[in-house]
Amino acid sequence: MAENKFRLVLAAVTENLQQVISFIEESIQNTDHSPKTVIQITIAVEEIFVNIAHYAYPEKNGEVVIEAVVSDDPPAIAITFIDSGIPYDPLAKADPDITLSANKRQIGGLGIYLVKKTMDDVSYKYEDGHNILTIKKLLS
Amino acid sequence: MNIKISKIEKKTIIEVSGRVDTVAAPKFEAAVKEQITDAEELVIDMDKLEYISSAGLRVLLWAQKTMTDRGDMKLINVHENVMEILEITGFSEILKIKQGGS
Repeated sequence: MAENKFRLVLAAVTENLQQVISFIEESIQNTDHSPKTVIQITIAVEEIFVNIAHYAYPEKNGEVVIEAVVSDDPPAIAITFIDSGIPYDPLAKADPDITLSANKRQIGGLGIYLVKKTMDDVSYKYEDGHNILTIKKLLS
Repeated sequence: MNIKISKIEKKTIIEVSGRVDTVAAPKFEAAVKEQITDAEELVIDMDKLEYISSAGLRVLLWAQKTMTDRGDMKLINVHENVMEILEITGFSEILKIKQGGS
């Protein structure tokens, strides 16, 4: 099984979103995948990165390390986000009730729900002062 | 992201194209807010929309909440990739959607 690894370190600010998306697109550019898969991965990456940019470092500037591992058997990408901000497990939050009418629906909470629904695996751990969130998606 | 607005009497059509991500969503929100003040019917044309993240979905939800009291809102020309996002989030159940388009 072959693996290609990619790594990006950058400031956790939403202005860097496009750079993060480009990094992910470059990571999978030599693989076979549908436009739908790319959109799902892009959304998941955006939601997670923006979450970190908004909440991880409330009173200072901080960095995010993003590691992408692209494997070929089966074709898949695993993306890990590491920050050293305040401990926060986004998976601990209850899913929004998506059956409610527009007037009763809450505006927030959708992002991480999308991540959970579109990725094949999502995991979180807090280790040595770092939030470590990994998403995996089979490339098809 | 680009936004084009046309008005036919009380009907306002907002044509949103490109990518509505976290960075672009505030501009989308501002455009919708500005148009929504006197619209009785709001149509959002998504024919050229390539991508929408939760930041964009929040704007749609907010617009729907506002328009519920006042009139009608619908999304038109929604393509498959965007439609799937709307389905996963349950938005396809609470928004009026017309699929397809060129």
